[in-house]
Amino acid sequence: MKRVIIAALAAIIMGSAAYADTIKIGVVGPFSGPFALQGKNFKAGIDAYMAMNGATVGDDTIEVIYRDLPAPDPAQSKALAQELVVKEKVQYLAGFYFTPDAMAVTPILKQANVPLVIMNAATSAIVTKSPLVVRTSFTTWQTSTPIAKVAHDAGVGKVISVVSDYGPGIDAENAFKAGFEKEGGAVVDAIRIPLSTNDFSPIMQRIKDSGAQGVFAFLPSGPTTLGFVKAYNENGLKEAGIKFFAPGDLTQESDLPALGEAALGIQTTFHYAVSHDSPENKAFVEAASKAIGNPAELSFPSVGAFDGMNVIYKMIEATGGEQDAQKAVDAVKGLSWVSPRGPVSIDPESRHITQNIYLREVTKADDGSYYNKEIQTFEKQGDPGLAAAK
Amino acid sequence: MQTFFSIAVDAFAYGMVLFVISIGLSVTMGLMRVVNLAHGAFAMIGGYIASYAAHDLGLGYAAAVLLAVFGTVIISVPIERLLYRRIYGAPELTQVLMTIGITFCIIGIANYVFGPTLKTIPLPATLQGSADLGFRSIAVHRLFAIVCGLAVAGALWYAIEKTAFGVKLRASVDNASMAAALGVRTEIIYAVSFAVAVGLAAFGGVLGAELLPVEPYYALRYMVTFLVVVSVGGAGSIPGALLACLVLGGIDTTGRYLMPEFGEFFFYLAVIAIICVFPRGLAGRAR
Repeated sequence: MKRVIIAALAAIIMGSAAYADTIKIGVVGPFSGPFALQGKNFKAGIDAYMAMNGATVGDDTIEVIYRDLPAPDPAQSKALAQELVVKEKVQYLAGFYFTPDAMAVTPILKQANVPLVIMNAATSAIVTKSPLVVRTSFTTWQTSTPIAKVAHDAGVGKVISVVSDYGPGIDAENAFKAGFEKEGGAVVDAIRIPLSTNDFSPIMQRIKDSGAQGVFAFLPSGPTTLGFVKAYNENGLKEAGIKFFAPGDLTQESDLPALGEAALGIQTTFHYAVSHDSPENKAFVEAASKAIGNPAELSFPSVGAFDGMNVIYKMIEATGGEQDAQKAVDAVKGLSWVSPRGPVSIDPESRHITQNIYLREVTKADDGSYYNKEIQTFEKQGDPGLAAAK
Repeated sequence: MQTFFSIAVDAFAYGMVLFVISIGLSVTMGLMRVVNLAHGAFAMIGGYIASYAAHDLGLGYAAAVLLAVFGTVIISVPIERLLYRRIYGAPELTQVLMTIGITFCIIGIANYVFGPTLKTIPLPATLQGSADLGFRSIAVHRLFAIVCGLAVAGALWYAIEKTAFGVKLRASVDNASMAAALGVRTEIIYAVSFAVAVGLAAFGGVLGAELLPVEPYYALRYMVTFLVVVSVGGAGSIPGALLACLVLGGIDTTGRYLMPEFGEFFFYLAVIAIICVFPRGLAGRAR
């Protein structure tokens, strides 16, 4: 019965879309709760795009409808997406910070005739779940693989990996191991620690005892990262010359004021640094800072949202405002543009974003603040995770 | 052997940090019989005040700690008079609902005023860096936390067991109407104990900030750990809480060092075992 109703409503939407001159985009993300900062960044990126490119495409006015999903909750995510499609009649779904939430929505896309533009969720497999998914963020594999080369180039042969015991952590562990072993290095031990760990001293002692020359770490940003980096310094690992490697989630800009001195010199690889030096990024940072209010809160989800909006605008242009999900997705396959993070394109096959990955080092600016300074570029990186999954 | 000492040092330091934060909750739950789920929120307020005082007012660490403790107590006074006073002696469910509501309000206000980012409390130069213990190094602020924990434990034990105030407090807790009939001003006793408990929460929040960073969800994030410490130690017992912190800190640290992939399995297994054998906690008194 439910299917029939959805199908019927979808038919009505399809019938009416041609006459509507307001195109609605439904954005689902964490706008309250512990991850509110990430949701705020989504909104800042979207607002910045609309401020810079206008709120109309052709004759159609764009309206963004936000739905709050404070913590990972696949059932609620699906319910919100259905509500957006059925009640609000959105033509596009976007946002999604967590992988399980994005996964839960993929089954309804075809029936609803709605493309899904993922602005953050970073597990490789999402794009395989439906041909109507396009991703403008990154994957953990994509950002964690280049750091393995960096570690090897720095003359480190033995590394111990320490990750939080959850999906992205395990992705990072596998990505680093694959990349590092390909370079000829050895991962001497792989430790998975519970997400709720507060005290990292015992872990640091174990890293020391392992005899590794470097440590690869992945933890969710926020309190755990701060505790980990502090413990790394306090337990004398830095002085002992054990090098620290991680994807850029660990040194995201909104955490840097708190990490401060402790993070100085840490090298990470990531797809975007707020400090990226280009005219596109300068314009973006200015607009997004205005949108978010406090520039110190700006970090990577904003650029995923900004480019997500770019993709949606291109989809609307290509379909002339008609609701045709497949045509919209086909139109952006192979699309390339210059994003605030550098040159990017949508891979026609995986529908995931191909982009530069940068090696950055946490550096102190002249005004005493800390930032990620880009020191090396790995050009046109695809998603190695998808190939590894096959 | 070296591994054993390493684990012991880490366990002791972690246990003492837990103790300083949780002991205020033990006082409210054991002596005042209030299930105060807003305890973490008061610890968080302390952390925010210290962070604000150190960063924005440029005060030193000692001044920031004092300001945090007294500032939090002052904030708690109207909350105690208007809200907590109504739930003394009320059923536990009422207390839980009231205090969890207060917690959510405080989280919302903290998020609005200070924003969702992490806040740090800069340490003075003497507490930064690490000390060499011969076989390994340990952060100086952890040694400081150990000393503070022991001092707090001693002072509280003395105040409750040896002073006239402690006698009146225990009398009011055991039988409020009889104590009142004998001339004890129970309202004042309660207000003072509440202020002390809140002050301890704030102190713990500041002292533990290196391990448990201050952010709006602090108030809920660590509440389970605090409650576990109190229930394992026995509500209201200072030696019990101390013992619980050391035992749990030890088990948690050992598990994390030797078998991190088991997560908190051993921690909660120990909690279940202890509660099965001592339903009122290690040093809990029968009511």
